[in-house]
Amino acid sequence: MHIVVCVKQVPDTKIIKINPKTNTLDRRSAPAILNPYDAHAVQAAVKVKEEYGGLISVLSMGPPQAVEIIKKSVEIGADGGYLITDRAFAGADTLATSYALFKALDRISKDKPIDLIICGKHAIDGDTGQVGPGIARRLDIPPITNVIEISDIDLKIRKVRVKRKIINGYERIETGLPCLLTVEKEINPIEYSPLPNMIRAARYQPVIWAVSDLDEVDRTQLGLKGSPTIVGKMFTPPKPEGGHVLEGTPSEQAGQIVEVLLKNKELFSVN
Amino acid sequence: MQENRGVWVYIEQNEGKIEGVSLELLGAGRKLADKLEVPLAGVILGDSIRHLSDEVIYHGADEIYVIEHSVLKQYRTESYMKGVIQLAEAYKPEIFLYGATPNGKDVASAVATDLSTGLTADTTMLDVDVEKRLLEASRPAFGGNIMATILCKKHRPQMATVRPKVMKALPRDSSRKGRVIEEKMDLREEEMRTKVLEIVKDVTKPGLADAHIIVCGGKGMGDERGFQLIHELADVMGAGVGGTRDVVEAGWIGHDHQIGQTGETVTPKIYFAIGLSGAIQHLVGMKNSETIIAINKDPHAPIFGVSTYGIVGDAHEIVPLLIKQFKEAFKKGGEKTHA
Ligand SMILES: Cc1cc2nc3c(=O)[nH]c(=O)nc-3n(C[C@H](O)[C@H](O)[C@H](O)COP(=O)(O)OP(=O)(O)OC[C@H]3O[C@@H](n4cnc5c(N)ncnc54)[C@H](O)[C@@H]3O)c2cc1C
Ligand SMILES: Nc1ncnc2c1ncn2[C@@H]1O[C@H](COP(=O)(O)O)[C@@H](O)[C@H]1O
Repeated sequence: MHIVVCVKQVPDTKIIKINPKTNTLDRRSAPAILNPYDAHAVQAAVKVKEEYGGLISVLSMGPPQAVEIIKKSVEIGADGGYLITDRAFAGADTLATSYALFKALDRISKDKPIDLIICGKHAIDGDTGQVGPGIARRLDIPPITNVIEISDIDLKIRKVRVKRKIINGYERIETGLPCLLTVEKEINPIEYSPLPNMIRAARYQPVIWAVSDLDEVDRTQLGLKGSPTIVGKMFTPPKPEGGHVLEGTPSEQAGQIVEVLLKNKELFSVN
Repeated sequence: MQENRGVWVYIEQNEGKIEGVSLELLGAGRKLADKLEVPLAGVILGDSIRHLSDEVIYHGADEIYVIEHSVLKQYRTESYMKGVIQLAEAYKPEIFLYGATPNGKDVASAVATDLSTGLTADTTMLDVDVEKRLLEASRPAFGGNIMATILCKKHRPQMATVRPKVMKALPRDSSRKGRVIEEKMDLREEEMRTKVLEIVKDVTKPGLADAHIIVCGGKGMGDERGFQLIHELADVMGAGVGGTRDVVEAGWIGHDHQIGQTGETVTPKIYFAIGLSGAIQHLVGMKNSETIIAINKDPHAPIFGVSTYGIVGDAHEIVPLLIKQFKEAFKKGGEKTHA
């Protein structure tokens, strides 16, 4: 069983800062991290491997520094990783990203056929969640999004069952292998990395490929050139009016709010 | 590209019921279509769903494309995607909108790849440049208080998923007439790789989306213990409890309670925003609430920009006062009605 997890290096958006004059990202303010959802995706692969055995590879497209998140994935339990890095990939939107990753997956599968691909639900810098389904379409394998549980993998009849989150509930789905799953955080907690993994990760060097290492790449589909969407403009949202700030002592202010509430008694579901 | 014409809305139905976001998109799509002077069309797929086409027209569409097939009984990416692509290739819309629900995002992502076109995710503002016939799909970006407008200049259709509850549906008008276009599709159950074994709806707890009052707390509550005040205030009113992403990540409350861009979008009658700053990603999830009451110790917190009533003060002081006075007043009020 060969599982490939797609992992992305993202700026830690919790501490990211925007330069208000230029409306651009202040990169120095944002350390790069493994996309949190992808950490859960790697952990999910580790769980699958614990039960069914196999090999976990991670794949990332990004700058040379993205080696760090592949090492991080090895810490969590991946066996190895591939980084595709090239100027030609720069500026890719989701369509161009899924194309590049598809080409890399194609190359990987020539050495080691792939049974399962796992992606995060979305990357926290763009929040799109489109890359996973895009890869699946290009490989013509079933994409299943919003997965919260993986079970019943049967390598003989090549089937897997998953739970998928939907509005107000979930559905249980059976699909064929290979397939691509995008996972929610609920799928599993991140566990402490065992010491041997940490030691291995520290020394680990992933396979690094440029565009020229991939087969039959249509360069017009890569990077900025291959991206149908562009950012037109950045703007601060129109400032809403806002209401009035209350006055008086804290107790008086609380009183005013209670008055507002009591006008809406029908809303309370208490007796 | 010249030939692409018309604004389309993907109508999501689950078990024969149209999702609210689809009707909202018909409202938003109507404006775009009028500006561009083109028809607005809905697209609906399913099994025995023909009767829903009138509803789509009553909510603003001029046309509705319908594909009925027994294989489409339940949503599956592979079958639904195929139908949508078939329609888009045959009739070539210039703009195509989907609700940003799990299934809406799922189908849109697959369709965009096959049509080799751009897809903007989780849009919260829509407009159109009439001269260039360009959809301007805007969404919050990065971590700051900033919006980015995404354009798709050279590819058609221009596609976007749109957050539920940020656009407004038109009032239902049952006198509206429209054209129904029924399409056939070649689908065989034996060829499907995916099977839906079971659908489980959690009906026991009404989602935040249905709550009339929501009390939402942020990082300013200090710690998990401080956050208990949010639960207490919610309890006295029987309200739903929400949290900001920071609070969810800190583990003070579960994912299901996150409100904002990457959580739920809510529009309750009363929304309490307590000890939260009002970051853009949070605001897009709650700013359409009817009455917003904000409590924050920083008078410059952006949340005051959207609040109906603002209290500048320490949540740890104000909230217990609120609970106490509310309990007293409510009890008195209750006695009065009994007398
Ligand atoms: C891609 C992306 C998606 C995101 N999605 C979401 C989302 O869905 N939902 C979401 O909420 N956020 C989301 N965020 C995060 C968002 O940008 C903010 O970081 C987050 O909303 C801030 O949470 P907060 O208001 O609780 O914390 P803070 O911003 O730290 O605000 C705390 C506030 O509490 C006030 N305060 C402190 N002490 C007290 C006190 N004793 N009494 C009263 N007030 C006090 C402070 O003045 C401050 O205003 C997202 C970010 C990114 C980049
Ligand atoms: N540059 C990338 N390298 C590897 N995986 C990626 C990359 N971009 C996106 N992904 C994968 O696709 C998922 C969704 O990303 P997105 O569509 O950008 O929100 C992520 O969680 C990753 O698993």
